[in-house]
Amino acid sequence: MFIKEYIKDIFRAVKSLLTGMNRTGYYFVRPREIITEQYPDNRDTLVLAERFRGEVVMPHDEKNKHACTGCTACELACPNGTIKIITKFDISPEGKKKKALDTFIYHLELCTMCNLCVVACPTDAIKMAQNFEHSVYDRTRLTKKLNNPGSKIREGIE
Amino acid sequence: MFSLEGITNSIQEWLFATFNPTVALLIQFAIVILLAITLFAVLGLVLVLMERKVAARMQIRLGPNRVGPQGMFQTTADTLKLIMKEGLTPDGADKFLFNLAPYIVMIVAMLLLAPIAFAKGFQIWDINIGVLYVTAISSLAVIGILMAGWASNNKYSMLGAMRSGAQIVSYELSAGLSIITIVVLTGSLQISEIVASQQNGWWLFKGHIPAIIAFVIFIIAVTAETNRAPFDLAEAESELTAGFHTEYSGMKFALFFLAEYINIFIVCAIGATLFLGGWMPLHIGSWEGFNRIMDYIPSVVWFFGKTFFLIFLIMWFRWTFPRLRIDQLLNLEWKYLLPISLFNLLLVTVIAILGWHF
Repeated sequence: MFIKEYIKDIFRAVKSLLTGMNRTGYYFVRPREIITEQYPDNRDTLVLAERFRGEVVMPHDEKNKHACTGCTACELACPNGTIKIITKFDISPEGKKKKALDTFIYHLELCTMCNLCVVACPTDAIKMAQNFEHSVYDRTRLTKKLNNPGSKIREGIE
Repeated sequence: MFSLEGITNSIQEWLFATFNPTVALLIQFAIVILLAITLFAVLGLVLVLMERKVAARMQIRLGPNRVGPQGMFQTTADTLKLIMKEGLTPDGADKFLFNLAPYIVMIVAMLLLAPIAFAKGFQIWDINIGVLYVTAISSLAVIGILMAGWASNNKYSMLGAMRSGAQIVSYELSAGLSIITIVVLTGSLQISEIVASQQNGWWLFKGHIPAIIAFVIFIIAVTAETNRAPFDLAEAESELTAGFHTEYSGMKFALFFLAEYINIFIVCAIGATLFLGGWMPLHIGSWEGFNRIMDYIPSVVWFFGKTFFLIFLIMWFRWTFPRLRIDQLLNLEWKYLLPISLFNLLLVTVIAILGWHF
């Protein structure tokens, strides 16, 4: 019946509006829920979301060894040419030639923090760090070398 | 007990004793104008800050908190900035109407202050058609808005003003009808009599469910009339930049902004007077002791408390609901609010004739 539908409509509308007002009212009376970080003031106690992505880094262990094989999977995965990998050939003790990483060049100024390189990496050699204070006075300082000088690939990683 | 009535009476006696009646009347006009402008300035500062704080809390943010303690002086700083800005008039604009429009909007808001009872015996003009006066004058605001939109020579302004016109004309109807429900119950258009009739309880409680329905419709309609979200199609930042005041800058823009907040205050004051008893303290039937205790709170506190409660309600709407499309807006008015309020008026008339209300 028309009138029945009409009244039902009104009740449904009022109910959905009250649901919304309940949510905003909930936040209004609970200041503890506020998620604003007063950034420069609380720099030491800043809490960042786990999913926040600031820049690509390559973790090195205490013997200055990384896990990058120089396979260029990240370079291929990168949508805007942020990563450039230069490889070299190591001579193993048995006299065999083996492809290895020479320089991992990372253009921070081009990076969109899309995380595709980290996903593509077969050996988990790179990961996303949470540092976001990237401003520098010279543009060239945004082009970074991610592998430390003299670092080597960790044993057992192919 | 603190009361503003005594102060006003003694000032009037002193003025009439010292000067001749004409001069005394002129001095009274000057005092009233001064008080009205002060109220406007203070309300503008307080309401804008309140809006920003309420919005922030509802969106889990902090809001302004840098200028002064808890950001108290933020709006003062903003006003200073606006005063110092240049008030540009675009080349293609109709210069006279463009500059006139903000003052029309402001003057309409000022005229609306006249019949409002701020406290017991503290009223500028207790006109015997107070409620009619308010509904009549408040629809004049649309002229200022249309003027601003047309004179700006800008498509956004024109569209915003046209939308605002359509909106205000349609929502006047249901706002008027819900005001009439209370007029039917009271039997008077005079604000002081409407307040006096709520001596033993507010109409919201005395008038049963029809009064509550009328109250809800009134709040929805005045939200639309003051062009506030979810009915802010006249401004609609995402579609029309700023609607009818796109081309305004500096203090002229500030006047539009101020008029918006003053209008909110006034419609909420009218709502508080009609449904929540104006300055009348919360009285429950014949509970003598309870009523006596409530009387100790000054009437001005009651009035502003109720008004600010309604303002908070309207802000709550704004920061919860999404904006309506123009067709949805007119649907809501003509298919829902208007038939319901007409039927509601019929019900209230039956209640009033048969004397079923308390």
